[in-house]
Amino acid sequence: MAYQFDFAPVLAQADLLLKGALFTLQLTVVGTVLGLAIGVLGAVVRAWRLQPFSAVFGAYVELIRNTPFLVQLFFIFFGLPALGVRLSEWEAAVLAMVINLGAYSTEIIRAGIMAIPKGQLEAAAALAMSRFEAFRHVILRPALAKVWPALSSQIVIVMLGSAVCSQIATEELSFAANFIQSRNFRAFETYLLTTVLYLLMAIGVRQLLAWLGQRWLMGRR
Amino acid sequence: MDFTLWDIVRNLLAGLQWTLLLSLVAFVCGGVAGLLLLLARISDNPYLRGLARGYIELFQGTPLLMQLFMVFFGIALFGIDVSAWMAAAIALTLFTSAFLAEIWRGCVESIGRGQWEASGSLALSRLEQLRYVILPQAMRIAIAPTVGFSVQVVKGTAVTSIIGFTELTKTGGMLANATFEPFLTYGLVAVGYFILCYPLSLSARYLERRLHAPA
Repeated sequence: MAYQFDFAPVLAQADLLLKGALFTLQLTVVGTVLGLAIGVLGAVVRAWRLQPFSAVFGAYVELIRNTPFLVQLFFIFFGLPALGVRLSEWEAAVLAMVINLGAYSTEIIRAGIMAIPKGQLEAAAALAMSRFEAFRHVILRPALAKVWPALSSQIVIVMLGSAVCSQIATEELSFAANFIQSRNFRAFETYLLTTVLYLLMAIGVRQLLAWLGQRWLMGRR
Repeated sequence: MDFTLWDIVRNLLAGLQWTLLLSLVAFVCGGVAGLLLLLARISDNPYLRGLARGYIELFQGTPLLMQLFMVFFGIALFGIDVSAWMAAAIALTLFTSAFLAEIWRGCVESIGRGQWEASGSLALSRLEQLRYVILPQAMRIAIAPTVGFSVQVVKGTAVTSIIGFTELTKTGGMLANATFEPFLTYGLVAVGYFILCYPLSLSARYLERRLHAPA
């Protein structure tokens, strides 16, 4: 192969890559917090079959899980302005991530709630726990603890999926990569370094989530 | 030039064909590669095992978009002119093989140790054990999650629009620009994917339920 690798022009722009990576992480944090909030709400509604909300959430989950994230993003960014909803690129990116994770986590957390034995709730009632206390300590926490590995993988998938947000000019990591390679024409080197960054971020986020899960969900207080 | 609704739908259907074809190619080739990867992942050789693990970790830990770019620009380094279609098929095959190998590994590992020991004591070689004892049982468990993953493959093909492969999403983007009706066009694109994916999701759920039903 006659090709001479040259990483120097890419490394000269390392600050842009790091800024992009930081923005990807910020999008992920906001998307995760809001997405999981929707997930908990949806899971409760679905698990207890609270109509008509249960049907609405059911349709939402199927719709989102059976269409690509990229199309959801384009629909939000290019399609919604027709309804008068005009979002900035980062708002559209966050909204798409929240809606996407919300649908997946609804299904995941619902599975966790369904796996809580009925006897647990009866025991909670026997201990004179209020309904809210019982929900919090006997249903939600153990349910989240059960499905935390699945939720963690989904969060990582959403973070990696956010790479396509560069297509609506959200200035995250892959946008930075596109920008750099368009100026130095070192496409392969740029994307190689970017891919490594994504890999490190995925590993880091997975570790962090495992630690958080241990501390908040599985740890004894 | 004016576009009727039928013009939009007709063009989207043409794009849908390419989405379908790419999904099939990626799924079939990814399945074959995934099987080889699975054999490496559960082999006795620690180097082979480590290599397979690294491969899977790489493809599960990076965005599909970056994998596409790496293939697209990586092959070009060898002086080979690679089409968007070729790059898309290769990248999606690699992506699919990593996920399928990991799903199937879980299925193989759910087969009890006793099955390995029993077949080993019958003097079957490792490959024979897999071929005649382990895989037939693991395959039964694997069907539902494999069908479920096919949904991810179909959805993954949308990303190939970014390197210029004219499938459903790319067609939708061009139509949205030509008709100034992004709401309608992207809505229809979403419907197109839903029509492809929903039956797969339903069958995955049905197969899973049938498997877990008491015999």
